[in-house]
Amino acid sequence: MVWLSPVLAALLSVIGVTLLFAALGRDPVEALATLFVTPLASIDGLTELGLKATPLLLCAIGIAIGVRADVWNIGAEGQFTLGAIVGSAVALGWGGGGHWWVILATLFAGIAGGMAWAAVPALLRTRFNAHEILTTLMLSYVAIQLLGYLVHGPWKDPEGYSFPQTRQFAPDAMLPLLLEGTRLHIGALFALAAVPLGSVLLGRTLVGFRIRTVGAAPAAARYAGFSRNATVWVCLLLSGGLAGLAGICEIAGGNGQLTPLISPGYGFAAIIVAFLGRLNPVGILFASLLMALLYLGGEGLQVSMQMPIAVTGTVQGMLLFFLLAADVLINYRVRLLPARRAGVVTDG
Amino acid sequence: MDAPAPPPRLALAGITKSYAAVVANRDVSLAIGPGEIHALLGENGAGKSTLVKIIYGVVQPDTGAIAWEGKSVAISGPNAARALGIGMVFQHFSLFESLTVAENIALGLGARESIGELTARIEEVARRYGLAVTPSRHVHHLSVGERQRVEIVRCLLQSPRLLIMDEPTSVLTPQEAAGLFDVLRKLAREGCSILYISHKLEEIRALCERATVLRGGRVVGECDPRRASEQEMAEMMIGGALPVAHRPAPLHEGRICLIVDRLSLPADEPFGTSLAEISLTLRDGEILGIAGVAGNGQKELLAVLAGERLAPDAASVRVADVPAGRLGPAARRRLGLAFIPEERLGRGAVAEFPLSENALLTAYQHGLVRAGMIRFAAVEAYARDIIARFRVVAAGTGASGSSLSGGNMQKFIVGREVGTKPRVLLAAHPTWGVDIGAALAIRQALMDLAASGSGVLLVSEDLAEIFEIADYIAVLSGGRLSPPRRTGETTVEEVGLLMGGRMAPAVPVAALHGAVDAA
Repeated sequence: MVWLSPVLAALLSVIGVTLLFAALGRDPVEALATLFVTPLASIDGLTELGLKATPLLLCAIGIAIGVRADVWNIGAEGQFTLGAIVGSAVALGWGGGGHWWVILATLFAGIAGGMAWAAVPALLRTRFNAHEILTTLMLSYVAIQLLGYLVHGPWKDPEGYSFPQTRQFAPDAMLPLLLEGTRLHIGALFALAAVPLGSVLLGRTLVGFRIRTVGAAPAAARYAGFSRNATVWVCLLLSGGLAGLAGICEIAGGNGQLTPLISPGYGFAAIIVAFLGRLNPVGILFASLLMALLYLGGEGLQVSMQMPIAVTGTVQGMLLFFLLAADVLINYRVRLLPARRAGVVTDG
Repeated sequence: MDAPAPPPRLALAGITKSYAAVVANRDVSLAIGPGEIHALLGENGAGKSTLVKIIYGVVQPDTGAIAWEGKSVAISGPNAARALGIGMVFQHFSLFESLTVAENIALGLGARESIGELTARIEEVARRYGLAVTPSRHVHHLSVGERQRVEIVRCLLQSPRLLIMDEPTSVLTPQEAAGLFDVLRKLAREGCSILYISHKLEEIRALCERATVLRGGRVVGECDPRRASEQEMAEMMIGGALPVAHRPAPLHEGRICLIVDRLSLPADEPFGTSLAEISLTLRDGEILGIAGVAGNGQKELLAVLAGERLAPDAASVRVADVPAGRLGPAARRRLGLAFIPEERLGRGAVAEFPLSENALLTAYQHGLVRAGMIRFAAVEAYARDIIARFRVVAAGTGASGSSLSGGNMQKFIVGREVGTKPRVLLAAHPTWGVDIGAALAIRQALMDLAASGSGVLLVSEDLAEIFEIADYIAVLSGGRLSPPRRTGETTVEEVGLLMGGRMAPAVPVAALHGAVDAA
């Protein structure tokens, strides 16, 4: 039953987008093929899929671990951005000397950046009881503004013809590619490794048990002596660190420079991925591939059928909407009351 | 022509219901006449819950027929049951914590009237039947006993013609229980039939006209409880001679394992009870019973002893000679404290976790975790051991907490806490709502633990239980604790006076503070 609703949501989204294409006066079959099939038909497409799934997977596993403890990190986008910024600072500062440790330092700086950005909501939550849903989301916008300021201001490449971008990373600060001739880098392996690590953490360690207990039964966690505040810290630092790693991998494995727009909303899409994958690392692996396909197919539609890029966001929205609706309607029955205080009442 | 005898209000014939492996009910037949108070007796797992769920439409029988007032019916769900006129007060309450009493009742009724009108009706029914319920209070502030009264009022508002009561008196004082019996007798005189499930045989003898006894899913006997003896009924339920709880000879006076020294604590919620100058001493090998009606500071005292709330002063709670007032629950467990909480699911155990993980919940400090990794083999073994030693009826260590009956869940929790060999065990209402067999096993476990040299603090509303197993008895009333008396040197009447005398209406918090200041 628990896996029924993501499948249902995916099917309903396909139906929804088909209707949308028809309403736009496009051939739905061609559009669907462009959206879902074309990207899978070439090695190039498949590696691009892996490339796009990497940040989604990293962010979504962190988000999911948090949600299992009832800690809602909505701001992976901001932690992703800070990871990219802090990692880039190291890469730009120490790169170029040919040292082997530069890429490692860059990656760790990215993780630290994401963690630091997530530490702020953790502090606000545990000291002042300010809910992380609000604080993490708001800090995302701060992070994007900060990135804009840096690439337009102090970090702007003096030889960049005034484009808002930083200097290029030196080769020693770049992530190695997995496949020559494609853009797939070893960040994809980090993301893949996060799947078993996340599963083991949640299922087989005491820390994971605490996380699940705090989320499933707060009173039982209090009774067992599992600290709510410690769990908030662990979850936010962990998901912040993963998002930060995703951020720096995106830069050090991609263009090798910061620009004002480094993410097409990976951190937000990862929330959908986490729920579509049922907060389970293995499920999230598949959900991240589906979401990556949407990004790729959306670009394809834009290029070959001149459709707006908003199609991607629309389908993402449909997915989440149908998923939440399916969850509610599978678990609850809607009953309409006839009297004047009519409303919806749920029967367990 | 003679008027034919009225058909029974409810007649079950040949009801059988089986789940995957277990037959919960086998060929059960039962008839309840109009205005009859009918007892349903049986141990945990005897099939009472399943039968009641079938009557209430929650589950459908595999075979068998149900007749309501002579007409064959299929009860497709609780709504259909309510439409027929069947009301039920569940053992596990279905109330939303964050809503008020009136809002909860409105949800249950389908809210066809305004909260204001409903409040007036609630107050009227509550007054008519003498059930103290305040419609505007939030449920999360209410004690178990108060919540039950809300459930009863909710049923009575629907003017039921058959009322099912599942263990209704377990949380009431003797006076309140007597009051409830008056309510039930009045209802019965008005023609409402009552199906009364309880393990307190003396109540059934006082209240019920007929009893059906279930064992292993079958009807094993019917009797008139007013004529049958308690011994006879209990043996029918158990299917053999009644085991007797055995208290080993008390040890010589042990060392002090728990001291509470002039502990005062303001209430942390609007309807909570402040604790005032509580002092007690517990020695190794001793059982100290704390009597009193819920809502007199039990919840607060247990929270501050277990470490879920911190005491203002570290020295006011000492566990094994260590000042523990400022330590959290995990640190106190390391000192040898264990705790059986009042709520089973959601606090003592996690409903959606398997039993193995529920064993881990508090026993994780006892070799079940190595280098941060859970040792699943050890956890499984520990859970299996609890299941075996306490004869927990469960589908194995993988069964989820929510799949167990209340009594079996409680046996599991008791087993888990006792199994950590604590120096001090806090037990909150450990036999509430469990049947005779489970209650005996739980009491025996507490006594065995004391005999092995641990101190046990037993907070219970069941006076008979305290008199049966405790060495000392003290009464908690209005947040104050009476000096403990040796159980052998006091009487139920004396303790009842202590409970009643200062219990009366809950002392207003402000007045209590005044009293403390003046002292």
